[in-house]
Amino acid sequence: MQPRAAMEPAHESHFMIEIDGLTKSYGQHTVVDHLSFRSPAGEVLGFLGPNGAGKSTTMKMITGFVTPDSGNATVCGHSIADDSQAARQQLGYLPEGAPCYPEMTPRTFLKFIAEVRGLSGERRKARIEQVIEQLHLGPVLDQTIETLSKGFKRRVGLAQAILHDPAVLILDEPTDGLDPNQKHEVRELIRSMSADKLIVISTHILEEVEAVCSRAIIIASGRILADDTPARLAATSRYHNAVRLTLEDDKLFDEIRSAVERLDSVAETESDRSPLSITAIARPGSDSAGPWRDVTGLVAARNWKIASLQMEAGRLDEVFRRITQGTEQ
Amino acid sequence: MSMIASLFKRELQSYFATPVAYVFIVIFLVLMGTFTFYLGGFYERGQADLNAFFNYHPWLYLFLVPAIAMRLWAEERKTGSIELLMTLPITPWQAVLGKYLAAWAFTGIALILTLPIWITVNYLGNPDNGAILAAYFGSFLMAGGFLAIGSCLSATTKNQVIAFVLTVVVCFGFLLSGFPLVLDLFSAWAPQTIVDGIASLSFLTHFANISKGVIDFRDLVYFALVIATFLFANTIVLQWKQAD
Repeated sequence: MQPRAAMEPAHESHFMIEIDGLTKSYGQHTVVDHLSFRSPAGEVLGFLGPNGAGKSTTMKMITGFVTPDSGNATVCGHSIADDSQAARQQLGYLPEGAPCYPEMTPRTFLKFIAEVRGLSGERRKARIEQVIEQLHLGPVLDQTIETLSKGFKRRVGLAQAILHDPAVLILDEPTDGLDPNQKHEVRELIRSMSADKLIVISTHILEEVEAVCSRAIIIASGRILADDTPARLAATSRYHNAVRLTLEDDKLFDEIRSAVERLDSVAETESDRSPLSITAIARPGSDSAGPWRDVTGLVAARNWKIASLQMEAGRLDEVFRRITQGTEQ
Repeated sequence: MSMIASLFKRELQSYFATPVAYVFIVIFLVLMGTFTFYLGGFYERGQADLNAFFNYHPWLYLFLVPAIAMRLWAEERKTGSIELLMTLPITPWQAVLGKYLAAWAFTGIALILTLPIWITVNYLGNPDNGAILAAYFGSFLMAGGFLAIGSCLSATTKNQVIAFVLTVVVCFGFLLSGFPLVLDLFSAWAPQTIVDGIASLSFLTHFANISKGVIDFRDLVYFALVIATFLFANTIVLQWKQAD
């Protein structure tokens, strides 16, 4: 056990993790390339990137499992290289694929983790009960982990990561393998814990970033390509402020399309067959409410029958594709 | 210390949570009995000692201990649970010791279950129980030596079969390092002091002393050094290979 004093933050910094120039190569292949960022408490940081972008390797370096070739990671003021034990005390980690000990039951497994995490007595009991409740592990507590479904295995892994109520949570694809209801619950859980923690999640599910993250870092080939809030990233999309008209039938399709295309605030239109719709893309530099005002005005003036009208904030998947395209190896 | 104890408990429980423990113990006891009574001629010798029993320990360990040791780290690496384990606030030393001590305790349990043979020899005659106790102790130490080698080699691979084969080969070398089979490899080119050094590494000669009831400080130091050296190498291999 570490002495108590070593577990306290070494210096007052409001950043929970500070990553400075992390680099890792395997042979000729540079997986993580001089990655640097800092993150304060209260943030839910989404790591986005194509497969093989270096998301997992970065997380493995922050948690001390992989030793970087150069650079350093600091967790709550403790360097993971020089003061690894103290840094790990502050970390909860769900590794990729949520590995567990298959012959153990969730109950014995959580008890083991609690022991190693230094929880004892009433607090251990209370924390174990709380995470069982939070992740709905009640029905499977005494089954061996190898017999559990993928969703339950993932939740056992999550329970293990949050058991000691860590200041920093690193979750590598926390919702992978969960059904939509379970995904929703895990996102709620992440949101509910985020106030006083830093939570870093990696994902390639873009809706997840919009749903839970307060900050998104897009990485590819081990480099940071974008770092902003999901909303501001989406605003760089060509669909930002675009207006989408869904039609009831295709009788007026061509007429509507050419009329919308002639509007000043509209740069071009895209159409979709199922459901039948026309998307009017805003002309760059035009007033942000322009397309909406013009299209709704046109619809009212011509008295077209429209199933729905929708203004778009931007599409993160399109931004993601634009930013990461050409970087895959 | 509590960290090692937690790991030790988890590991030991995991042996008994799977069929590994039961299969191992049954096979170990059946082979021990067979070797002692048939190959060793326990009755035919007509002597109140357990030499017929202890003489076969090195050879049984040669195959059974690597079977215990092969899973120690290779399995953790294969299933990825090593990533969970090594990112907990545990030092590599604590992890290596916790797992190793559990495996050693497990072989100790298997060894204790051979006590009926000791009861038999006491029923039939008046053996030197001090010598038998010493031999049990020596056997346990030798198992610890084999296990340390196996634990270290298990950390080098994700594949348990490779870990097993490597361990058997290295342990075989250690068993026979006092014999021409191994020494001839070196005597042609190495200076005599090195050949003598290798000859003194033999598990068999060190175990033979203890199994006769002679606990020599040098034999104890020998086994302690073998165990410490391989566990030290184990922590290094682990830090070097854990993420591969």
